[in-house]
Amino acid sequence: MSTSNAFVKRQPRLPLPPWLRGLVVTLLSISVTMLGLLFVTFVIGRVMPIDPVLAVVGERATEDQYNAVFLELGLDKPLIVQFFYYVWDVVRGDFGTSLLTARPVADDIARVFPATFELATIGILFGCLLGVPLGVIAAVRRGSWIDQIARVVALVGYSMPIFWLGLMGLLLFYGILGWVGGPGRQGIFYEDMIPSVTGMILLDSAIAGDWGAFWDAFSHIVLPASILGYYSLAYISRMTRSFMLEQLSAEYVTTARVKGMSEWAVIWRHAFRNIRVQLITVIALSYANLLEGSVLTEIIFSWPGIGSYITTALLSADMNAVLGGTVVVGLVFICLNVFSDLLYKIFDPRSK
Amino acid sequence: MSQDTGTLRDWLLSETPTSRRQARWAAAYKGWLTLRANHMAMAGLAIIVLLVALALFAPWIAPHDPFVQDLGNRLQPLGSEGHILGTDSLGRDILSRLIWGARITLYIVALVALIAPIAGLLVGTVSGYAGGWVDVILMRITDIFLAFPRLVLALAFVAALGAGIENAVLAISLTAWPPYARMARAETLTIRSSDYISAIRLQGAGPLRIIVKHIWPLCISSLIVRVTLDMAGIILAAAGLGFLGLGAQPPSPEWGAMISEGRRFILDHWWVATMPGLAIFTVSLAFNLLGDGLRDVLDPKDSPQ
Repeated sequence: MSTSNAFVKRQPRLPLPPWLRGLVVTLLSISVTMLGLLFVTFVIGRVMPIDPVLAVVGERATEDQYNAVFLELGLDKPLIVQFFYYVWDVVRGDFGTSLLTARPVADDIARVFPATFELATIGILFGCLLGVPLGVIAAVRRGSWIDQIARVVALVGYSMPIFWLGLMGLLLFYGILGWVGGPGRQGIFYEDMIPSVTGMILLDSAIAGDWGAFWDAFSHIVLPASILGYYSLAYISRMTRSFMLEQLSAEYVTTARVKGMSEWAVIWRHAFRNIRVQLITVIALSYANLLEGSVLTEIIFSWPGIGSYITTALLSADMNAVLGGTVVVGLVFICLNVFSDLLYKIFDPRSK
Repeated sequence: MSQDTGTLRDWLLSETPTSRRQARWAAAYKGWLTLRANHMAMAGLAIIVLLVALALFAPWIAPHDPFVQDLGNRLQPLGSEGHILGTDSLGRDILSRLIWGARITLYIVALVALIAPIAGLLVGTVSGYAGGWVDVILMRITDIFLAFPRLVLALAFVAALGAGIENAVLAISLTAWPPYARMARAETLTIRSSDYISAIRLQGAGPLRIIVKHIWPLCISSLIVRVTLDMAGIILAAAGLGFLGLGAQPPSPEWGAMISEGRRFILDHWWVATMPGLAIFTVSLAFNLLGDGLRDVLDPKDSPQ
């Protein structure tokens, strides 16, 4: 939220300690953004060509039934009042009822969210563990073959449709080589065998001590997670490289080298230490972007996460579920952004 | 004066341009020379030119009608007679569909590449020039749009507007403009306080004239770079929407929709989904390569060393 700086300057200074003032401003800025997000979904819900009353009462309802529901939904009130009803509902965690599952959308999302979380987390681990070293080496050995590889990896990542890469991965590693499990989170033998504690099957099976189920779940998650992670790898390695290049050309690096410090120490103890803060921001951002990639990946791999949930709902015109899912994804996105801002402030001594 | 004896090249490379037009053309020509030295960017440009040619002359190039079904010839493999890239589940020639699909891809890309930067430029320059509350409000709105993951927002918009190419274009544009607005605002802020703007203002130019005639031209080059680099993202987003069944509708030969059709046979008839994916990959790669090259020419300060 980089514009919040401009926002801060114009405010009269509150008689508060600086950290508290910072917190208040951050909270204000988050809530304004969230309100805006809700406004956008509210408008989308209003312009859609589906009659919300008909969706509840069905085609055969009498006029009285129709009118009763019309009033109950508050549709006779002015739009701005309806908006505040909507905000109040969302604040209480009420996204309405899904037409498709006939359950509260909030419950549905709570059920599918861990699957996406698990997928995205393994994906970002993959992206960081490979992307950061790749970027560092590419910067240190600038122009070498490994730098060229890093460049190609990034270019391909920026140019390849993720759903197609997923299909090709499925074809190669599942269809032809048979190295990994097929679509879905588990093989049929293990389905519903593990008591759900966290909703994340890898964790749940480890908690239950069922290592057969663990490896089964792992063989299912490894392909979609690495495909998802590949995109963050592309981004993270590129950013790491350019941050490192900037540090390596700084004078303190030359000084360290002149002092006779080993190259390893120069790179990791000096240059890398200085890019950690920037890297954290980049990683948080690409974690947020994984949410987006996960929509298409989940469909390819029949992964029962929030992306599959939103698209299934979309195709059956289940607007409550679509908007609920959109709001939740948006909220997570905002929180990750704020979180990366906060980390930046905590870890970067200059911003204190 | 080299004009008397020299060639066009000398005129363009002259150290002492005699008119504003000559200086402008010379700058463009020097940029072109730099770009031409970048083989990757030239490869990208070649692919794009080829794509445009394919799209323009599709009726004459495509060996078959992209819509005619031939159920006796379904799912023919690569290299089968008369169908170099095979046929899909309805016996339609995949190569012909790819060639016709180039039209749809270019149509979407061109429209989004017109709508989003212009909208962003308007919002960004007004916001940056006006400052104060206008700035706060416009930038807050921009932040709100940035706060959504793009694809999810586009999904929600298409859900509300209904599936189809035009709505996909609208949805992608609605999610694509905020970065342009941010960029144009940042440029405007640096330009606004420069001396020549004050000079024009003293001469009596109004805000409209200053923005349109003096700020916009300076934002254009970085905008062009950004648009070219964004094109790949636009293509991927359009293909994603098509894949989900929310963009172009069947039987339209949109590449993303073709992958979605071929997905059902991926294990037995892999080429049906593979070929359109390769097409998407090639074209967005081309835009990325060209964008990188253009950035080095137009906006060297941003390029990674």
